[in-house]
Amino acid sequence: MGEDADARKINHGFLRDHGYVTEADVISTVEFNHTGELLATGDKGGRVVVFQREPESKSAPHGQGEYDVYSTFQSHEPEFDYLKSLEIEEKINKIKWLPQQNAAHSLLSTNDKTIKLWKITERDKRPEGYNLKDEEGKLKDLSTVTSLQVPVLKPMDLMVEVSPRRVFANGHTYHINSISVNSDCETYMSADDLRINLWHLAITDRSFNIVDIKPANMEDLTEVITASEFHPHHCNLFVYSSSKGSLRLCDMRAAALCDKHSKLFEEPEDPSNRSFFSEIISSVSDVKFSHSGRYMLTRDYLTVKVWDLNMEARPIETYQVHDYLRSKLCSLYENDCIFDKFECAWNGSDSVIMTGAYNNFFRMFDRNTKRDVTLEASRESSKPRAVLKPRRVCVGGKRRRDDISVDSLDFTRKILHTAWHPAENIIAIAATNNLYIFQDKVNSEMH
Amino acid sequence: MFARGLKRKNADGEDSPPAPPSYSLQRQSLLDMSLVKLQLCHMLVEPNLCRSVLIANTVRQLQEDLSLDAAWRLPAPPGAGRGPLERLVSTDILCRSPWEQQGGHSAPDSGGSPAPDLCELPGAPSAQALSSAPGCAWEADGPRESRGGFQASLDQILETLESRAPRAAEGLFADVDGPYYDLDAVLTGMVGAKAVPGDGFEALASAGAPPPGSSCKRDLGELDHVVEILVET
Repeated sequence: MGEDADARKINHGFLRDHGYVTEADVISTVEFNHTGELLATGDKGGRVVVFQREPESKSAPHGQGEYDVYSTFQSHEPEFDYLKSLEIEEKINKIKWLPQQNAAHSLLSTNDKTIKLWKITERDKRPEGYNLKDEEGKLKDLSTVTSLQVPVLKPMDLMVEVSPRRVFANGHTYHINSISVNSDCETYMSADDLRINLWHLAITDRSFNIVDIKPANMEDLTEVITASEFHPHHCNLFVYSSSKGSLRLCDMRAAALCDKHSKLFEEPEDPSNRSFFSEIISSVSDVKFSHSGRYMLTRDYLTVKVWDLNMEARPIETYQVHDYLRSKLCSLYENDCIFDKFECAWNGSDSVIMTGAYNNFFRMFDRNTKRDVTLEASRESSKPRAVLKPRRVCVGGKRRRDDISVDSLDFTRKILHTAWHPAENIIAIAATNNLYIFQDKVNSEMH
Repeated sequence: MFARGLKRKNADGEDSPPAPPSYSLQRQSLLDMSLVKLQLCHMLVEPNLCRSVLIANTVRQLQEDLSLDAAWRLPAPPGAGRGPLERLVSTDILCRSPWEQQGGHSAPDSGGSPAPDLCELPGAPSAQALSSAPGCAWEADGPRESRGGFQASLDQILETLESRAPRAAEGLFADVDGPYYDLDAVLTGMVGAKAVPGDGFEALASAGAPPPGSSCKRDLGELDHVVEILVET
């Protein structure tokens, strides 16, 4: 465990590689907590690693603190479903932090079937001076005890303890793809391919089904739920996205079962771009409310779109992530890359959006200036404290020196999971089994 | 990264560079690929339902497209000549870049917009018309190719079934609410219970050279059947 922690330790803002790559180390989710002080990652092996930002040092008051490993624990184990003769993967699909209400930190982590609530506490004192036990905890020989003493708390090396406080099991027949904590801080929802359940954080043996799109006849199934999220301020509103590219905003006050959406957000298909792959590439892989709660961000295979909650007919902004792949869809279908689910993220002020792509590239779009940049997360191209160099994919025509051609892109190196610090220009990028944290030292505050 | 295993039209004996694969061939390849993808389930872990649904929807689209084609290929009344020609026209739009790259040709410089591969559905009105003679030859080729390809993919499915036979009994008692994609359970059950699928496959294999229209229709009948099986729980 110690070696693992070392290997995942962030050094100067960049993660040192493992000497070996194991499937289990592939990072499957990344999430900052509400203050940005903690960063949690989940991996395919069911482990959660939490990083903590070091407080800024007195010697460099403007230097941002860097992230170090705070705690590592095994959240989920592989299970076997005997009824179906199928394994249940321990891969962590999502982690969501609960708002901090006391000294402890709590997070929800989920695999395909089971959600767990973990409590992370610190211990930096321990009692010393017991009457009946000695220093090692062995019972003392009573004849040697001549007087009574009151045990006192003495400082000790910081110990971070993690304990599972709740296990929310057996709520889902299909694979959980999202969890989202409500702004009421009492409930949360979990969504699988066909259903969404509402849970109370303190109650594990019961959940309420609030969305069910399973058809009476499974043969008629043509659409699944791909992601869902609670509105950041209105505890009655949530959105879920589908494999057909639509978003449904639901109001829990309207009915107990929110199968009827309050609003349906769907962009009409562009007839000039129609192909056999149109539906697949329109499938929404991630949906995120803006911090303001006014907008939603969606990611489909080739684009990210910003939607205004007040306009259902079409997105207000569309950004091309890697449109040069549009003519390669057949090949991407063959090698299954077309089913990759990329996530997307807002910055703290909702002015910049970010998403990952292939070849360990990730893209940022500034909504105000309409400028975009492609950056690469790799050890070779990034030295500690170096400025990331913008990359370019050339699609024919003039080719500059450092351009990458579409055909040289490495489709096995994909950035599916990214996260943006809630307040500062710090981003966490998961590139397979490596975690990169980039900080904007020049503009540390949001603009 | 580029397409491997996708069929390339036989160009033996031709002096000119091989013609790009026809729309029909590409579509058939896509259909074969999709069927293989659907039945390649991980034995131990439940496959991704979203992916299965998207592939099944694609198979349905291809099936609809095939059936539209079949409608056109039937002997058309004199007045309906315009329709089939419009349908054939679409093959011109299809891109060759993946195949060309495979064959070592340099990719067309995308000064103009590259013709997309299999990415344009038929019906674009702006494509040029093909003359009817090559069109007929293409028509005759089509069903035979698609039958061959279809047969190959069905063979693959059956092979996989046989290798999974030991699990068949468990599959038959699978939870009704079980995975949408529990193919081996359903297919084994079907093959055991009815002789129709087996008969259909044999008939397909032993068929001589029936007129294009009817064999294509039979293909569609079988395809219908297979798709039904595949999407059934």
